[in-house]
Amino acid sequence: MGDSLTLGLMSLGSFILRRLGSSAVAVLGVCVLVFSFLHMIPGDPVDAITGGEATPEQRRKIAECMHLNESLPAQFGMFLGSLADGSLGRQCPDPSGKPTVMQRIVQVFPYTVELAIGGLLVALLLAIPLGVLAAVRRGTWIDAVAAVVSLAGLSMPVMWMGPVLLDIFYVDLQIAPGPSFADEPFALLLPSIVIGTHLMAMLSRMTRSSLVDVLHEDYVRTARAKGLRPSVVVFKHGLRNALLPVITVVGIQFGAMLGGAIITEKVFARPGLGTLLIDGISERNYPIVQGTVLVIAVCYVTVNLLVDLSYGLADPRIRRA
Amino acid sequence: MNRGLSPGGYVGAGLLLVFIGAALLGPWLAPYSPTAQDLDHILAGPSALHWLGTDENGADLLSELLHGARLALLISVSVVLSSALIGVTIGMTAGYFRGWVDEVIMRVVDVLLAFPGILLNIAVVATVARPGVGVLIFALVLNGWVGYARVARGQVLSLRELEYVHAARCVGAGPWRVMTRHLLPNLLSPILVQMTFGVGTVILIEASLSFLGLGPQLSYTWGALLDQGTTFLWHTQRVVFVPGLAIMVVVLGSNLLGDALRDHWDPRRVR
Repeated sequence: MGDSLTLGLMSLGSFILRRLGSSAVAVLGVCVLVFSFLHMIPGDPVDAITGGEATPEQRRKIAECMHLNESLPAQFGMFLGSLADGSLGRQCPDPSGKPTVMQRIVQVFPYTVELAIGGLLVALLLAIPLGVLAAVRRGTWIDAVAAVVSLAGLSMPVMWMGPVLLDIFYVDLQIAPGPSFADEPFALLLPSIVIGTHLMAMLSRMTRSSLVDVLHEDYVRTARAKGLRPSVVVFKHGLRNALLPVITVVGIQFGAMLGGAIITEKVFARPGLGTLLIDGISERNYPIVQGTVLVIAVCYVTVNLLVDLSYGLADPRIRRA
Repeated sequence: MNRGLSPGGYVGAGLLLVFIGAALLGPWLAPYSPTAQDLDHILAGPSALHWLGTDENGADLLSELLHGARLALLISVSVVLSSALIGVTIGMTAGYFRGWVDEVIMRVVDVLLAFPGILLNIAVVATVARPGVGVLIFALVLNGWVGYARVARGQVLSLRELEYVHAARCVGAGPWRVMTRHLLPNLLSPILVQMTFGVGTVILIEASLSFLGLGPQLSYTWGALLDQGTTFLWHTQRVVFVPGLAIMVVVLGSNLLGDALRDHWDPRRVR
């Protein structure tokens, strides 16, 4: 008994180490990709900052501040250095008074996190009941309605749904706060619905098909034969096992949600990582772009890691594999 | 296998056919040029002159929509075909040869899946000052192949152990012949399903990029129309509804047909 426990813990440890290793490789890969793209950009970044109107002396100072005179590998080293000291880069030409890239990201980060959590809640709260109902009442009109709802959710573009909801609830009914009021209570409601709908649609389909599969298993028939109440059979025996693939989809789709945040933030004029990224791109402010992409990638990798770990914890078969 | 498609599949195919028809015939059906400005009718409602009204430049919305359909079809078909071709080649190579080839390819796949795909698309498109349709297609293919590669690799990994493949190898078929003649035909149905879903996905991503102002610098892609429409949302909702509805119809069509094809080719899924 003791031996098997030690063995189990050891295999869990090596599972975590393996996943941490591959996550680190992935993040490093993202760094290289982002760095190389930003340095392939045609045109002089100094021009982007000065708008082309600068004395040679000023240009020299900016180039020096941005380390543009160094070789590419040296610049990559400095980029990694800015990761290590936690600043993620400085705002040239005059970095001393301005916030570092990290400080700007920290400032808007909570807005994106609350949006992502809001979207996740909307998705889960709607998808699981919808999926369970559709699975239990398979082939009835309830199932059909659920199918239509999830198909519509899958097909509706975020940048369409946002304006439509705003038009209905802000312009016509005047019951929801309008765009650019990110700090008002309930300001999160419409953006969460917009960002969560796609995931809701996927999850409800997933829940349905997974639960339909599980309800055909022998142990579910046994549970029914024992005379357990249908609700106990569905929720305790069925749903618990059906949710494993659903958790995976949540993890995989979380990244798509961070992508959706870029659009949702634009529709609702909310501050956040997406807005910062798009502003950075339009200002050609490369340290900001680099830093934001990196932070989004790290969030994504971390969430996937956590999902994998929770999956491994929930199902011992996976950590041995 | 003799069953027909589900009704949803036919609806989906019908929606996609309408889209393809509009895209192919668009320039002849469209009453005006998508960039022609009727300055007497700016943001005008539907009328005999302009069936769907005009946008804030006085351009005819129906004409913009039809020319936009052509762009959407061009972009989605190019992206889906190139992604599938590249992805299937890479995925089959990885699955067939295993070993270090597989290891290297899967590491690349891991990196590409390690962050939201749209970020890579944005990064590529943003590196070009005035991105055209070609740049957009390139950006979408750059990570679009990954899904096809995973499907192809997974299939090949299980197929290569089957007896008929061993038999083919025993009678002297080389890797190329085994892959093209014996493995590829068995990959086609899951890949076709993926491609059908892909059409909708590509259109959504193109619309997102255009909406963010990063798409091809044309005023009449569907995403660009949506973006302009949002600016004038307080004035009229029409300019937002029309392109949004067009996008939704195509994405819905591709989802419906994709679902139906998947069920059709995968008997386990029929419940």
